[in-house]
Amino acid sequence: MGLAGLLAPAALWLGLFFLAPLLLILAYSFGTSGVYGGITLGFNPSNYLKVLDPLYLEIVVRTLVIAVANTLLCLLIGYPLAYFIAFRGGRWKSTLILLVMIPFWTSLLLRAYAWVVILSGNGLANRALQFLGLTEEPLNLIFTTKAVMMGMVYSYLPFMILPLYAALEKFDVRLKEAAQDLGAGRWSTFWRVTFPLSMPGVIAGSILVFIPSAGEFVIPNLLGGARTVMMGNLIQQQFLNARDWAFGSALAVMLAALLLAAILFYVRRVGAERLEGV
Amino acid sequence: MKGRDYSRGEFLRVLLGAGVVLPALGGCTMSTTPQQGGQEGSGERELNLYNWSDYVAEKTIPRFEKRFGVKVTQDFYASNEELLAKLQAGGTGYDVIVPSDYMVQIMAKSEVIQPLDRGKIPNFKNVGENFRGLPYDPENRYSVPYQWGTTGILYNRKEIGEVDSWDAMWNPEFKGKIAMLNDVRETIGAALMRLGYSINSTDPDELAEAEESLKEQKPLLRGYFASTEVRPAVQNGDLLLGHVFSGDAFLAMAENEELSYAIPKPGATRWTDNMAIPVGAPHVDLAHEFINYILEPKVGAELSNYTYYNTPNEAALPMIDEELRRLPGYTPSQEVFGRLQVIEDVGEATRRYERIFTEVKSA
Repeated sequence: MGLAGLLAPAALWLGLFFLAPLLLILAYSFGTSGVYGGITLGFNPSNYLKVLDPLYLEIVVRTLVIAVANTLLCLLIGYPLAYFIAFRGGRWKSTLILLVMIPFWTSLLLRAYAWVVILSGNGLANRALQFLGLTEEPLNLIFTTKAVMMGMVYSYLPFMILPLYAALEKFDVRLKEAAQDLGAGRWSTFWRVTFPLSMPGVIAGSILVFIPSAGEFVIPNLLGGARTVMMGNLIQQQFLNARDWAFGSALAVMLAALLLAAILFYVRRVGAERLEGV
Repeated sequence: MKGRDYSRGEFLRVLLGAGVVLPALGGCTMSTTPQQGGQEGSGERELNLYNWSDYVAEKTIPRFEKRFGVKVTQDFYASNEELLAKLQAGGTGYDVIVPSDYMVQIMAKSEVIQPLDRGKIPNFKNVGENFRGLPYDPENRYSVPYQWGTTGILYNRKEIGEVDSWDAMWNPEFKGKIAMLNDVRETIGAALMRLGYSINSTDPDELAEAEESLKEQKPLLRGYFASTEVRPAVQNGDLLLGHVFSGDAFLAMAENEELSYAIPKPGATRWTDNMAIPVGAPHVDLAHEFINYILEPKVGAELSNYTYYNTPNEAALPMIDEELRRLPGYTPSQEVFGRLQVIEDVGEATRRYERIFTEVKSA
């Protein structure tokens, strides 16, 4: 079986389940929605113009901000954890990574609902704070943007930790020793040797967190009290409630385009820096 | 050490590795896949029911299965729009569906449901006068009522006293302890009715006023939720007032005596869920049998005794549980009936409503 033969199943799969639906959405985005749903194909670019409406632009911006914030927070929290497991884990490495992954095997919906229980008026968080004497009245934690962020960071952390761990685990410890032998302090060693060499992990983790975060709609719905509207919610509403498939498709295409642009920009930037006379 | 960059190979490896493993472990899907179990015309006694979740009593389906020798497969949806979207996306295979009033109108217009053979539904005679020939299906050509209810306010009577109007949901005194439904027509409808307008208004000025009103209300709200989410919150005291469907209200009241249900002034909605048969249903005869079965008095009463919603089945009324009948507000008086409005399809204006709701939620 030649190369073509080996590639055929994967190509078929990707073509059928990835490319075809994408092309369908692209076609729909130029169509016209029927009043009761359904769609007539054609060339109608007005759906894209609709997106320029300030109401929807605001949602696009908010989505990107939340996705970026989520990525940064996951990086800030996930990197030290991955570093610790990779370098200090010793024989507990596999167990620790397993512990990181286990919540991941539970349904996302259940984990999001768990946060509702934790953050609600007389939930665990508030009761703990009051017990410790840090607050008098229950804080309004649930159904706010804060709650959405907490839920998102919690759900996406494994996406960041695993690639980071994969990159750090392969790190040759002798490089650290060499740097220190040459007079670099711990901080310097980290920033100029370890971190740059873990970049593939950082980039992979960031992409894996950023892209799905931007399309997220379950968590803002459950934890935000339906008040934090992100692009995912908007698209879902267009298809299920407003029955405006054309507009929904246009939004989906825009989301995909924006994410692609953001990723290309990110990788180019980081790539370019890497080449500048290290 | 020469500054060696990460190689493309390494980068791709890490990305692929994580990218393949992680989604496999933790995909987040929230779709319900329709089970198309019907065997087209093979003579198999099967029925595929597509219904709201938790809307049938425990014994209803097994008894039907036993009496008629049929295997019933159930699938569930959470909103009318989801039902329509599923059917339009080619979800064939369902025999009986349960759309709400305005959705019957839309489905009839889009030819997604088929006319019923009333000759096969003799038990239709049990349906009360108030529930026959409603505006969305004046001759009951396409649908037969299943359960009905109202949408109103579940509140803690002990904490805040009597409530009888929508103003309570706009009262700054209860800031942070109010919840509205995450339902375009019901919530915009509440604002419209509070201002004295029709819940089916398409007048741009009236809609603009309603939008302003909802934006004013938003800071006072905990959020926009499903009725089933509001109920436990009011029940355990987290919220003081909640916009709910009547069945959820009565369920809560049966558990917590401090609660009451108000059908607010100046107007509230009454809605009727109906049974219908989609075009292309594989077991049309059995579907009619099922519909006829549901309209039996004992079955009708059993449904209401479970869901705590109201039955349109006149003959079933005497068999409703005593404790349910005694709950204040369960049987609205004729006077209250007079101020109840029915949601109808607003056609083109649907987009306007959607946009308003998105604006309010993002504000």
